[in-house]
Amino acid sequence: MPDPIFDEMKGTDGTIRPAYAKLGPWLDAMPTERLAARQRDAEALFRRIGITFAVYGDPTANERLIPFDVVPRVIDSNEWGLLQKGLTQRVKALNAFLDDVYNRREILRAGKLPAEMIYSNPAFRPEMNGQKAPHDIWVHIAGIDMVRVDAETFYVLEDNARTPSGVSYMLENREVMMRLFPELFASHRVAPVENYPDELLKTLKSAAPSSAGDDPTVAVLTPGPYNSAYYEHSFLADRVGVELVEGRDLFVRDEIVYMRTTQGPKRVDVIYRRIDDDFLDPLAFRPDSALGVPGLVGAYLAGKVTLANAIGTGVADDKAIYSYMPDIVRFYLGEEPILKNVPTWRCREPDALKYVLEHLHELVVKEVHGSGGYGMLIGPAADKATREAFAEKIKAAPDGFIAQPTLALSTAPTFVESGLAPRHVDLRPFVLTGRDGVRIVPGGLTRVALKEGSLVVNSSQGGGTKDTWVLDV
Amino acid sequence: MLSRHADSLYWLSRYVERAESLARILDATQRLANAPTSADKASNEWESCLESAGAADAFFERYDTANEANVTEFLTLSPDNPGSIANCLEIARSNARAVRTSLTVDMWEAINTAWLDLRAYSGRKLQGEEAGRFLEWVKAVSLRFDGSAYRSMLRSESYWFTRLGVYVERADTTARILDVKYHVLLPVTERVGGSLDYMQWAAILRAVSSVTAYHWVYRDSVKPWLVADLLILNPAMPRSLYSCYDGVVRHLELISDAHGRQGPAQRQARAIRTRLATTRIEDIFQSGLHEYIQAFIADNNRLSQSVTTQYLV
Repeated sequence: MPDPIFDEMKGTDGTIRPAYAKLGPWLDAMPTERLAARQRDAEALFRRIGITFAVYGDPTANERLIPFDVVPRVIDSNEWGLLQKGLTQRVKALNAFLDDVYNRREILRAGKLPAEMIYSNPAFRPEMNGQKAPHDIWVHIAGIDMVRVDAETFYVLEDNARTPSGVSYMLENREVMMRLFPELFASHRVAPVENYPDELLKTLKSAAPSSAGDDPTVAVLTPGPYNSAYYEHSFLADRVGVELVEGRDLFVRDEIVYMRTTQGPKRVDVIYRRIDDDFLDPLAFRPDSALGVPGLVGAYLAGKVTLANAIGTGVADDKAIYSYMPDIVRFYLGEEPILKNVPTWRCREPDALKYVLEHLHELVVKEVHGSGGYGMLIGPAADKATREAFAEKIKAAPDGFIAQPTLALSTAPTFVESGLAPRHVDLRPFVLTGRDGVRIVPGGLTRVALKEGSLVVNSSQGGGTKDTWVLDV
Repeated sequence: MLSRHADSLYWLSRYVERAESLARILDATQRLANAPTSADKASNEWESCLESAGAADAFFERYDTANEANVTEFLTLSPDNPGSIANCLEIARSNARAVRTSLTVDMWEAINTAWLDLRAYSGRKLQGEEAGRFLEWVKAVSLRFDGSAYRSMLRSESYWFTRLGVYVERADTTARILDVKYHVLLPVTERVGGSLDYMQWAAILRAVSSVTAYHWVYRDSVKPWLVADLLILNPAMPRSLYSCYDGVVRHLELISDAHGRQGPAQRQARAIRTRLATTRIEDIFQSGLHEYIQAFIADNNRLSQSVTTQYLV
């Protein structure tokens, strides 16, 4: 028998944990039909508030309502305190690492990381060699994916240091919950998340280049309405109160970035870009990019505009670099990492490869550059033929794969067709880094695998989301 | 605000207004076609309808003759006609989607719901009563959109550019609807001022929902020069060219006041309004109604071009 799975509400022994002291009995007293009615209300509200996901109604588009679960996931203040410290530490290390990788490369000289992990990494940007990011901040907005396996242990599953998404769900989930369950908010002291847009704006303004005035102009750069995350881009621009620009709204003259407005050109100091590096500037990267702004990279390198996140941050959130994160934290901060890494076998190392091939049935194997839950093998769930086919893929290109033990992800009570049932969850807190420090809105986005027994929480694979409560006591 | 946003808002409201115009032109044509006519009369209302809608060239690339069925199909739902009502609403919505953040929920719902409802018509051919209901629906969509903009938008640049689009397009429509009359040549046996002539002018009034207004203003039977006066010069008539240009001038001035500077668009718009304010309907008929309307349509296009260069690119 494997160890029992840790449940956020009931632990492993079935007694209600302190964070759920009030919610647990409330759920017990709630008739299933009433919860079902609230669930339907929630969906109706999403169709109104999160209007564009649903109402586009275009069967050929990818936009749809991501399932929402009305039962919140609750974290108590002690647990959160520890996570907060750990996240701050981790993101500081990511920033120090990026500054080093593109400049002095002390970590390579110290032999903590094989040089080819950097140089042969497709996310490494040679254009950034010898470049400093404004105020040494590379990752202004990070989304750190975490899972829990027992009362004490949270693991970092993945660092997202490029353009992490999902924060609009965090905000809307809360808005919907406050409308549907005012009585729960009256009986719980839930730390607010509504200030995220303000914190984001402060962070972005603080990161403006020194040449900007006292009140820097910030804009959100989107690939446009046909991007699947466009709704989030417009939502954020709206909440933050800045313009949502597309590449064609911007132009660069004498290394200064302007947006075209009805009153003529207006200088832009900080760009929160939700476009990948490759598409930012057809002059610097992909020449066929119609989404970007010619000359943007030149303006950035001249220090006339801040890009959030900086160019080339992908080298830090790569799954192969991930396995070195504990060493990266120790190397730059001289501290023991607070957040644990999932033990990882790098298939590029012959011993690890051998182990992985022998233990495929109990491991999760991931592509180093993959994301969204695609291209992975969940050993225990796969049949023999699938495992053998996957083994051939690994042998053909071992550098492209890492393996991890199958984690017993914690579960949280979730309202499904049959009523309340435990479902596996993860957590993506959003970490903001500005010149004036690190800001983390308490909680983040909880994703839940709605299928019984499923460990894959990605929305592309049938996952949903929950509101995440950090209790303020 | 971003030029692209202003551009999308301007064209969003122009295309909604244009969909309504097409519905009104079709409606007017329907009424003209139903007028009692002498048997030898060649049916040319549907050609004139295409002329007024600016769609004649595109139409005759596909069809040899114009009749109720094929003109209605071409102007309402035809995927072959880039200027059909369905395509206007499609373009309006894609503009709306590009500036989703500048729209209020009411406006978005108005245009998006219309777009969703339109899907139910796809692949259909509308005839008779069904076509009539469709045209009513299009007018309702435009009214809902216009009303939600008026009632829910913050009075700022976004709103002003939206209104500007409405007035420029509406001026164009009113002019074109009036011009329908020119294109419908009276049968040789009919005398000007005869009963058929009367029917035709009355149909124009109905197309712009102004029959009652006409009688209130003039307290007279339907006379060509009075209908033209109502639709061109009358400041109390909201669709008149004068009223449209009064709206254009006012909203351009709100924009220039906010920016602290004026440009060619403001000067051109004021000049057009002044001409409308100082012209008498007798002068217009003397020099030719059709010529007057054609000149106005050209002026209106130039104004739109100036707005574009000044603000939208």
